[in-house]
Amino acid sequence: MRIPCPCCGDRDRREYTYYGAADFLDRPAEDAGLEAWDNYLHLRDNPAGVTRDLWYHDPCQSWVEVERNTVTHEVLSTRFVSAKAGASA
Amino acid sequence: MTYSGFRVFTQGLTGNKGWTKAWRQPDPKTEYDIVIIGGGGHGLSTAYYLAKNHGLKNIAVLEKGYLGGGNVGRNTTIVRANYFLQGNSEFYSHSLKLWEGLESELNYNVMHSQRGLINLFHSDGQRDAFARRGNAMLAQGDDAELLDREGVRKILPYLDYDQARFPIYGGLYHRRGGSARHDAVAWGFARGADRRGVDLIQNCEVTGIDVANGKVTGVQTTRGPIRAKKVAMVAAGRSSQVAAMAGMRLPIESHILQAFVTEGLKPVIDHVISFGMGHFYISQSDKGGLVFGGDLDFYASYAARGNLPMVEHVMEAGMTLMPMIGRAKVLRSWGGIMDMSPDGSPIIDKTHIDGLFVNCGWNYGGFKAVPASGWCLAHLMATGEPHPVAAKFRLDRFRTGRNIMDEEGTGSQHNLH
Amino acid sequence: MTQSHRIPGKGLMIDRTRPVRFTFDGKGYEGFAGDSVASALLANGERLIGRSFKYHRPRGVMAAGSEDPNSLIEVHENGQQTPNVRGTMQEIFEGLDARSQNHVGPLNFDLMAVNDLLAPFFSAGFYYKTFMWPRAFWEKLYEPAIRRAAGLGRLSGKHDMGLYEKAFAFCDLLVIGAGPAGLMAALTAARAGAEVILADEDRRMGGRLLADQPEVDGQNGADWAASVVAELAAMPNVTLMTRTTVTGVYDDGTFGALERVSLHRAPGEAPRECFWRIHAKRALLTAGALERPIAHPDNDRPGVMLASGLVGQMGKFGVNPGKVVIFSNNDSGLHTARSLTAQGIEIAAYVDPRPLPVTEEFPVYAEAEVVGTRGRLGLKDVSIRHKGGTSVIAARTLALSGGWNPTMHLACHLNGRPEWSPELAAFVAKPGMVPGMSVSGSAAGFMSTRAALLDGHQKAAAALIELGLSVPEISVPESEDRPWAISPLWAVDAGGRAWLDFANDVTTKDVKLAAQEGYSSVEHMKRYTTQGMAPDQGKTSNVSALAVLAEATGKGIPATGTTTYRPPFIPVSIASMGAGGRGEGFAPQRLLTSDAKTRAMKAPMIEAGLWYRPSYFPRAGETDWRTAADREVLTVREHVGVCDVSTLGKIDVQGADAARFLDFVYTNTMSTLKPGRVRYGLMLREDGMVMDDGTCARVAEDHFVVTTTTSGAGQVMRHMDFVHQAFCADWDVRMISVTEAWAQFAIAGPKAKAVLATLGEMPSLPFMGCADVTIGGVKGRLFRISFSGEEGYEVAVPTRFGTALFDHLVATAEGMEGCAYGMEALNALRVEKGFITHAEIHGRVTADDVGLGKMVSAKKDCIGKAASQRPGLFEDREQLVGLMPVNQGETLSAGAHLYNEKDPAQREFNQGYVTSVAPSPTMGCWLGLGFLKNGRARYGEVIRLDDGLRGRKVLVEVCNPVFFDPEGGRMRD
Repeated sequence: MRIPCPCCGDRDRREYTYYGAADFLDRPAEDAGLEAWDNYLHLRDNPAGVTRDLWYHDPCQSWVEVERNTVTHEVLSTRFVSAKAGASA
Repeated sequence: MTYSGFRVFTQGLTGNKGWTKAWRQPDPKTEYDIVIIGGGGHGLSTAYYLAKNHGLKNIAVLEKGYLGGGNVGRNTTIVRANYFLQGNSEFYSHSLKLWEGLESELNYNVMHSQRGLINLFHSDGQRDAFARRGNAMLAQGDDAELLDREGVRKILPYLDYDQARFPIYGGLYHRRGGSARHDAVAWGFARGADRRGVDLIQNCEVTGIDVANGKVTGVQTTRGPIRAKKVAMVAAGRSSQVAAMAGMRLPIESHILQAFVTEGLKPVIDHVISFGMGHFYISQSDKGGLVFGGDLDFYASYAARGNLPMVEHVMEAGMTLMPMIGRAKVLRSWGGIMDMSPDGSPIIDKTHIDGLFVNCGWNYGGFKAVPASGWCLAHLMATGEPHPVAAKFRLDRFRTGRNIMDEEGTGSQHNLH
Repeated sequence: MTQSHRIPGKGLMIDRTRPVRFTFDGKGYEGFAGDSVASALLANGERLIGRSFKYHRPRGVMAAGSEDPNSLIEVHENGQQTPNVRGTMQEIFEGLDARSQNHVGPLNFDLMAVNDLLAPFFSAGFYYKTFMWPRAFWEKLYEPAIRRAAGLGRLSGKHDMGLYEKAFAFCDLLVIGAGPAGLMAALTAARAGAEVILADEDRRMGGRLLADQPEVDGQNGADWAASVVAELAAMPNVTLMTRTTVTGVYDDGTFGALERVSLHRAPGEAPRECFWRIHAKRALLTAGALERPIAHPDNDRPGVMLASGLVGQMGKFGVNPGKVVIFSNNDSGLHTARSLTAQGIEIAAYVDPRPLPVTEEFPVYAEAEVVGTRGRLGLKDVSIRHKGGTSVIAARTLALSGGWNPTMHLACHLNGRPEWSPELAAFVAKPGMVPGMSVSGSAAGFMSTRAALLDGHQKAAAALIELGLSVPEISVPESEDRPWAISPLWAVDAGGRAWLDFANDVTTKDVKLAAQEGYSSVEHMKRYTTQGMAPDQGKTSNVSALAVLAEATGKGIPATGTTTYRPPFIPVSIASMGAGGRGEGFAPQRLLTSDAKTRAMKAPMIEAGLWYRPSYFPRAGETDWRTAADREVLTVREHVGVCDVSTLGKIDVQGADAARFLDFVYTNTMSTLKPGRVRYGLMLREDGMVMDDGTCARVAEDHFVVTTTTSGAGQVMRHMDFVHQAFCADWDVRMISVTEAWAQFAIAGPKAKAVLATLGEMPSLPFMGCADVTIGGVKGRLFRISFSGEEGYEVAVPTRFGTALFDHLVATAEGMEGCAYGMEALNALRVEKGFITHAEIHGRVTADDVGLGKMVSAKKDCIGKAASQRPGLFEDREQLVGLMPVNQGETLSAGAHLYNEKDPAQREFNQGYVTSVAPSPTMGCWLGLGFLKNGRARYGEVIRLDDGLRGRKVLVEVCNPVFFDPEGGRMRD
């Protein structure tokens, strides 16, 4: 399995550490309540098909959001997670 | 037809012409009291115990493929009761007790073999953690022994005690741990349920769950609609898709776990052994193959197949722990789809929809849970109350923080359990 | 007579000038260089090579390649043995010690053959129906007997001392199989300038051109192959890999391949096998096709072969089959009969179920079937049922050809399902089953040589275009282009047992019984009968078995479908895929700069994650760890100690928003920290549990150095990168791990400052102060922090100066009655102070559980704060406490559980557990840390520590976890 890192190009899966669904990017406010935090931390669409998830490319320390298919393992696109993050915190 | 050695003998004399079907192949009726979605180990045992323990008759198990085609037919067949946390401890203890009588219960030889499980440890810290676990096992009434290095050497002389990168300090020995013939478990429960009148319907995929006024009313299937008073979702590997039909989002992420089997070999490994410093556990099947596995591939997947990095890691771990297996050749590898939950522990619960139940999140410990999972879900469905040994397997525990059972201590990251 | 069954002048692969002696079951044989064990035994007239799995029936060689189900042997060398080696794949070498397997008594009189007489009772799945009573007999009697009877070869039980390797390779085009299609494809791509890897299982490339040797380009096909291989070998962009089987297809053009590097030679310095990970931009599967037998009664005797196996053994090795009967349902069988006749082999009968209006030089039985064979240890005669009745024909070899299964297994490894081709009566791959891979030649159903050559060229050309290369002008050579037809015949219905799976002893009766009992899906049948689960992985039996099942269920073959083909294509040794893992190789070893000195001081080293750290530093007269550790603890408390703490993770954080960022990842506030000061920090996971702890030093306004625990270093780095990149990428903050850039040493004890003074002019730091320092001209850092409870400093220098600094510090300390101390003392010192490690922050504890709830700032958000406030995390929790034995002499043990004094040690009564213990010379007793239900409210209570595993019950008093100097005066003043 190979994943294109936006920084380093096409790299083997063994250079990456997996985190989980891209849901982890949408962090609720501190006081958003139990439901919102449950939704953020635990509940998942978990699609059998196209998903977006988060991979850390250890050599360049980049967090990468990968759009890929969980049934075929086809990688559709990748981008830095920092590309859309702002001064949310 | 009751199975016995005598029957095998008489059938052998008459050309084996008289063996009848292990289960019927009924067409679905239009209505059942209970519909179980998923004809794997857990679904079949749920149906069996609903009929056996609660006297219920009008039950169907709907399976989209063939019976036992999911994880119950593709795992490393380990059966154990060696948990630390309350909630898990009593449940798996109950399950092991059911295993211990399963052959006579089902009149089907599932080849449950208590050959002993040894969890090796490789540091003082690991010893402490395993001792803590062993003491929990004793407190639960199960068996556990702490072996030192020499104690392990006596039982497993072929491990590498000199060279390994992480020397063996000792092991936690669980004599009642062991293995079973995985397919036979599914088939035994299927046959048992069928004999008690349960309709096992294969090639019948559920495409919708009907809900009216907050209450489940039936399911839509590829073989037509079926009305039901109660419906259980027991579809590990596809839990999220099934639950989505009821508008639910589960705390589940699906991951691949690979496993491996070698060519047949004369007996060489008597026990179930697990390495403490890498992902590797192994036993030898009755047919002679070494059956072993490791950890998840670590990325969400429904592919039921894995990739080389974990394959190689598992083989390397095997070579550092027991280089005597080096010349055994891997015959097949396969991948199962694991329902990974945020704390590594399962869910057996009601849902917000009246009459709809969920059984999921078995991570990669579902095989040994098959009897008790069915027993407890059947109890919940029949009585409306959780069975005492499964009372902590609640769906809302992540939201409330109450009774989270994170044996590994790795937190709410699904793939780390 | 030696090599009595060799045809003069035949045998491309053998060198008749080089006789080679080897033994089989201890008996000496002679073959020629290039022979396989199978061909050499056949050449010596030996047909019996092994025993079947269940019935222990005599078995002989059926094929000439890796698909052979029968010829499994053990190879012994230097006290090592390799089981389940295919005799068709093992090349002989001088002194080779090959042995048959899976029999009791001699191979020709296997006592286990009694199973064959009991066959009526050993029907498919019989073991599920019996051996259930009495229950205790299963583990004690039935199962051990089954296990002894099952299995095939033996492992030695000794460590595998062989050498193995793994390697990576990359290419534009991987061509899998060097038959006509593969060679043509490789040639096309190579001439286009593509980087080509051509892999073939055999030691010589050519595939079937070496077996039946059709004419290609006006010459013997084998010679044409040799000329192509010679051209390819001379090209720098081509890598030829012989003795290499591509075993698996993985995602994104990754392939696994096994190279048998030196198995054909006496053991030497070369690795036995190499497992390759090949990344290819495009791939072509040109692995040919495998012939399948026909199931007829007693079709499993030694001497019964696949027709292709016979042709291969003849063409490659010159094996003389004696008088031959051929039973075929397709045109290649008939062609073989003609070809053998032309080579002077007597065809005693050609048997074909089809009506055949042909006249041949040999007896033809059309619309006929083979209904039986005789010969206990080798075929004697064949019974043929034909229009005129039944004839018994004497023969030494029966060649079966039930048709061809394209070798498209690899195309299915990514879950693609092949489709049924009625013309071929076989499954073929569909396009696109593996992205970037095409199937070509007979693997794609192109059965004639000419068609395979053309297809290989065309598929390579298509790949070249996808790769952006131009297709070279190349003429595809002429060759035979015979039409080919088949009339499916899977099994002959004539009573008796007819084998489908020779290796696992699965007969047509077993498959029918599975259907009769309702195990009628192909997966159920496979699992119930074990068909296809033997070492040959069903290569010759899968399709026939499912066809017999389809007939039994009436469903038809396409609806029945196949089972799933999974990697590996051939069995692959654990040692090759795990190469490098043996012994120390399993994980990297991280060594401290003080490592050499520490080992010279005879300190036992223990593994701490990937690091090695000293357990203790023994002195003369100290016989156990305890004496040394006690002395080291007291030395720190009374004088001074030195300890290498470089394993702690160190992260350098810089930028205008660095303080703001740290406020976000730590529970407590770092932005209020003044430059030159250090603060203890606690980090939560987002789920509210404690992730890690450490110190945070502000070395300048916009520059921090934070430490992590040894084991938490990687996780914390990833976590901080995530928080930054995901939630505040626009903040001005940058961070990097500097763990390996700095060597860091703790100096602790009343004389710490005196030791420090020997390093030159040092600033006078307050407790929790830090400063840049210069030591012998080297820039370093000094922190006044303490993990021992004594006045403590940690001094850091660039790694390359670590060795020198450690030497100096130890020598200086020893000159002041101090010492170096190890992990045991470090642990005792921290337990005495109630400092937590990952034994306590084990992933299930909140800040409140460890008594640090107040460290979660109410004034700001931080990672983990929201989830840490879930209501369930405040109910009935186990809290960190100290534990002291009521009777001072008693030993505590980590892993014990806690109960109220009178309660039994049962789960329902459990009150908590012990996480860390240490003998404390300072306090004069063992001390423990643990978690106890509502523990902070229970100081002073006496409870029972219960370690049933080790038979220990100790009354302990619950207390504050800070046992020693609770006010902290010693480290502050």
